[in-house]
Amino acid sequence: MPWHRKHLLTIEELSRAEIEQLLATAGAFRRILDRKVKKVPALRGKTIVNLFLEPSTRTRISFEMAAKLLSADVISFDAAASSTTKGETLRDTAQNIQALNADMIVLRHSASGSPLYLSKVLGIPVINAGDGAHEHPTQALLDVFTMREKLGNLKGRKVVILGDILFSRVARSNIHALTKLGADVTIVGPSTLVPHWFEAMGVSVSHHLRSALADADVVMLLRIQHERQGVSHFPSLGEYTSMFGLNYTRASWVKPDAIIMHPGPINRGVEIDSDIADSPRSVILQQVTNGIAVRMAALYLCAGGQPEHVTTPLE
Amino acid sequence: MSLLWIKNGRVIDPASQRDKVGDVFIAAGKFVKSLTAAQKKSAQIIDAKGLVVCPGLVDIHVHFREPGQTHKETILTGSQAAAAGGFTTVVCMPNTSPVVDNAGTVALIKSLAAAAPVHVYPTGCITVGMKGQSLAPHGSLQKAGIVALTDDGLCVQSNELMHRAVEYAKMFDLTILDHCQDDSMTDKAVMNEGVMSTRLGLKGWPHAAEDIIVARNIILSKYTGAHIHMQHVTSAHSVELMRRAKKDGINVTAEATPHHIALTEQALGTYDTNFKMNPPLRTEADRRAIIAGLRDGTLDCIGTDHAPHAPEEKDREFDYAPNGIIGLETALPVCLDVLVKKNKFKLPHVIDLMTRKAANILKLPAGTLTPGAVADVCIFDPAETWIYDTYAAFSKSINSPWNKQKLTGRVKTTIVSGKIVYQNGKMV
Repeated sequence: MPWHRKHLLTIEELSRAEIEQLLATAGAFRRILDRKVKKVPALRGKTIVNLFLEPSTRTRISFEMAAKLLSADVISFDAAASSTTKGETLRDTAQNIQALNADMIVLRHSASGSPLYLSKVLGIPVINAGDGAHEHPTQALLDVFTMREKLGNLKGRKVVILGDILFSRVARSNIHALTKLGADVTIVGPSTLVPHWFEAMGVSVSHHLRSALADADVVMLLRIQHERQGVSHFPSLGEYTSMFGLNYTRASWVKPDAIIMHPGPINRGVEIDSDIADSPRSVILQQVTNGIAVRMAALYLCAGGQPEHVTTPLE
Repeated sequence: MSLLWIKNGRVIDPASQRDKVGDVFIAAGKFVKSLTAAQKKSAQIIDAKGLVVCPGLVDIHVHFREPGQTHKETILTGSQAAAAGGFTTVVCMPNTSPVVDNAGTVALIKSLAAAAPVHVYPTGCITVGMKGQSLAPHGSLQKAGIVALTDDGLCVQSNELMHRAVEYAKMFDLTILDHCQDDSMTDKAVMNEGVMSTRLGLKGWPHAAEDIIVARNIILSKYTGAHIHMQHVTSAHSVELMRRAKKDGINVTAEATPHHIALTEQALGTYDTNFKMNPPLRTEADRRAIIAGLRDGTLDCIGTDHAPHAPEEKDREFDYAPNGIIGLETALPVCLDVLVKKNKFKLPHVIDLMTRKAANILKLPAGTLTPGAVADVCIFDPAETWIYDTYAAFSKSINSPWNKQKLTGRVKTTIVSGKIVYQNGKMV
């Protein structure tokens, strides 16, 4: 099956087969990352613009790395340096970038739905690098890629996502990806941050940590995004930690072979204690490395590449 | 003396319970029982065969943006949109720039309204600057010509201030129109809170924030005896609160918009800002409850909340686009489709909701074909199917969810004070 999408906007709109294609392509790129010379010429001559209108370190660097390893030219800029601060609209900013001959835009934006909006305005591919509380497709892809690496097939596997689900685009994209791949997803956290509305997305909602952790194969922690919340969602970070923080005792409730994940940035001592974050069960840094491969796959496929061409050597 | 003879139409006048094929006569701007033989010879004849002839439609909730935001709409363009939609009487909200909290702004609006093709009535603010902090001069505003008080868009949050506002306004027999929203529960909210907002990652506006203020207003109305009108009711719970209040004989009324009876939050799947309004589209259960409320009289009338915004203002990220859609030119066909076709309302009932009952809320001299009344008429073809095109339409703005859609039911002629102001797609 050829890849036919020009944009990567959401996981929700992808079929299971498309997710598999992305993961397979990422697998091929992941092997390249272990080579001495990591660069491949797949996107030579293409220019990718990282339009990051919301602060990001990891995702932006990861996309830059991915673009460079594909031999694309990459230009990144963030909100502070952009003309959006002078009152220019997103449409105008993006159309100018397109007029400057960019071949692709990677967009990070605080407003949900803005990548879809941009994809309708522009003729070039748009990759969603996180939109508001909506989706963060490449994060979910790198997460399931990492889970697959550790656990194999995810069908029937139990994944617990613990933390601030309401404001999390990572949670939403993971919910879509994992349910499409047949995993059982339970979301856990305070009732104000894990509302029952999520059940309509095919997941279980729990506010009871111990029972949720008992049979988990994966525990994915999310940062408490207190900068996004109003004053009313929960009492304090201290209360959150005391009720839901993953510490040594609570980690012992999890099966020994389960893995612990976190999309970062982690707040040590809040949602996760250091000894757990740094333990052998933690795959947090492997997630980061796999992120490069997944983003290479996303850029490569949306630029018109085909999965089968990557499985053979690219030199 | 200008004479009009509207012939052979299906004449529907809920006020006189008239619904049969016949003629309507107009002389000197008023309806008359009939014309003399001599008058008939000189009268201008409108052949209404196959058409419905009803009172000019009445909308007690429009935003004409003048003064101050004339890039969105003006009193003239808004009135033209009204006429094209069959509306002959509209009530303008006071959230202009400056807001209508002083007699001078009322005078300005009235002078502009005098040149408009339909009857345009201003409202005044409940509070100074619509800031919700101190009472605006209701008495002076009434002397200047307002017909009701409202801080539409910015619900008065202080219960004490609202209490005193309705108590004070009652002295002038002025109705308070309230946009029911507890702001503390809707900070940065852009759509209904629920499954859909969760899926889309958008900040939710819980219907409880409307219900709480509807309940508060019912309590204050009962406590003071003042008339409070709930604008654009959107939630099933609010409909239920209104039903009980009316059963208890409390002096409250309420309206529903065409979009809240036609659409739900499901329409937001593509983040189309032409479906973003405040209060937001809600669930199918809410939509059905609003229709049930219109059916049993719990909700009194249709109001469009015609809210024009310039294209570049709406063409943005969903979070940043302003709330509101235009509705005057689509209200009649949308209500015919939703209420008559899909929910089996009788046509006279729907016309009642859009004419007499709307006018009665503010005691406006409109909404009937009774002899002696001001001759405002809407003549429409209930069967004609047409494509609504915002660019060809009369509103200055294009923010409609029905753009390029096929609608059934089309206004052919609009008559205001005995004068044809709109006919066959053109302003006269």
